[in-house]
Amino acid sequence: MGWFDKLTRPRRDVPSDLWKKCTRCGEVLLIKDLAKNLYLCSKCDQHLRMPLWDRIALLSDDNSFVEINREIRSVDPLEFVDSKSYGERLKESIAKTDVNEAVTTGRAAIEGQPYLLGVMNFEFMGGSMGSVVGEKLTRILEIGADEKLPVVIVSASGGARMQEGIFSLMQMGKTSAAIKRLNRASVPYISIMTDPTTGGVSASFASLGDVNIAEPGALIGFAGPRVIEQTIRQKLPEGFQRAEFLLEHGMVDCVVHRRVLKSSVARIIRYLTACTGS
Amino acid sequence: MPKEFEFEKSIIELEARIRELQVISESGKVDLSREIQAITDKVEALKIEVYGSLEPWQIAQVARHINRPSTLDLIKILCGEEFVELHGDRLFGDDTAIVSGLGSIADHKVMIIGHQKGHDTEENIYRNFGMPHPEGYRKALRMMRTAERFGLPIVIFIDTPGAFPGIGAEERGQSDAIARNLAEMSDVGVPILCFVTGEGGSGGALAIGIGDRVFMFEFSVYSVISAEGCAAILWNDATKAKEAANALKLRATNLLEAGIIDGILPEPLGGAHRNHQRAAEEIVKVIAAHLPILKKMTREELIENRYKKFRSMGRFSCEEELENA
Repeated sequence: MGWFDKLTRPRRDVPSDLWKKCTRCGEVLLIKDLAKNLYLCSKCDQHLRMPLWDRIALLSDDNSFVEINREIRSVDPLEFVDSKSYGERLKESIAKTDVNEAVTTGRAAIEGQPYLLGVMNFEFMGGSMGSVVGEKLTRILEIGADEKLPVVIVSASGGARMQEGIFSLMQMGKTSAAIKRLNRASVPYISIMTDPTTGGVSASFASLGDVNIAEPGALIGFAGPRVIEQTIRQKLPEGFQRAEFLLEHGMVDCVVHRRVLKSSVARIIRYLTACTGS
Repeated sequence: MPKEFEFEKSIIELEARIRELQVISESGKVDLSREIQAITDKVEALKIEVYGSLEPWQIAQVARHINRPSTLDLIKILCGEEFVELHGDRLFGDDTAIVSGLGSIADHKVMIIGHQKGHDTEENIYRNFGMPHPEGYRKALRMMRTAERFGLPIVIFIDTPGAFPGIGAEERGQSDAIARNLAEMSDVGVPILCFVTGEGGSGGALAIGIGDRVFMFEFSVYSVISAEGCAAILWNDATKAKEAANALKLRATNLLEAGIIDGILPEPLGGAHRNHQRAAEEIVKVIAAHLPILKKMTREELIENRYKKFRSMGRFSCEEELENA
């Protein structure tokens, strides 16, 4: 079993299809209520993981999202097998999530401003980045540079996809180089880091926003907390690698509540495009 | 870390035997030259057999051999006293896990940057086992920009288990440091030649690995995760590292096939740790062959070609499946 199965597997003591337990206060929440409340805990306001299509709806004007490059799919370049073959894992993830990969990309509008949106899906193999995630993100970054359209990427990922070996590592270089091109074209790129954003995703495109936004309480970091604890043989301090910790250490520009995320992103884009005409 | 591996035990035993016989022979009492020659032939044949058929997991061990030529070992052979080490990121400190400075290789004046491991425990603690903090990556980037300003090509030696996972590293932005290097290296207007000399450990390696040409030594590895790390995550069992090393396809030959690297530098029989000089000579050959070509390119050509090189990495399918069929 992979780490992503463990992280995404619902708790056994709560029937998973109707209820969810708040990850902070333990409050049992009805999923249909959660969906109406932007997946915020009604008791403690914890920002729980938001499903893909809710996230897209949150950040784009009604019916403005048009998916692109949906047909790009993973192959199994290493013929990788652990307890299951990579091919099987992909099939299961596709069946479970009803999308082809861990990122969904498209054209959309935010408060009337056209832009490009990429949203990662933690439910799909832990949001891990393989060749397809790298390629789809690079494509929207290149379109952004060509058409002078702002790019927003919402990250939710455990990091690189081991099953694609060195190909997944190289996606870090590929996406980062594409962001550099976008920078040179003076087109804004907003990175939104949600829970969790770690490993190769954190150490590439997610950290490179002209503006980096984090969701409250999100786990964000290069190395996973468990790896750090094992390496330094110390307990980690409270709040380590949470969004607020990153804000304190100067790694994100702001921590933004989900209720005002859309208006914040739209406002920032308006400022950054005011003088460049994109 | 052991200085010898299980698979080379018989070779090391025979080599010790040769030395014993040589001592006896040199004392002048008996002529053992025939015996010595016989064992020498046997050792050579055994080396070809053993090192010619190493498993990926064994190669991963050779790649991190404690006597493997380090960046400073190579610099010493390549540049001698002419090397000028330059320190510090100008922001926080000087990371001893990455060294950098000005040197001359094959008659080319260059900026050299590389991970630095130690050859014993004390030195390894000082070098943090070649695992950089953010300031190491920021130092590397500062050196690259300095090189660019003065038109100096950049030569990079990659040899790290990975970027250091620690509290300070996270506080000071390990992710930011790595990501920024990836983006900025794609925009450096001078030639960049990278050599994976030992361990190419994930993002910590790639963070100084965006080159116009990337080469690997024959018994080096380059991987998204260490075999042990992969085994711990996917099999829940770090002892399955051997299986993981096979599955990850982390050898130089695998990467060449995958189009990730541009060439493989042969190692002296038994591995580069047995002969640093020969390893350095291979580097000289590659630099002499490739740098003149890259030096002729304009800044724009270098950046465009480098972008295309990394842009093309990845395997996927683009066919629309008959979803409604």
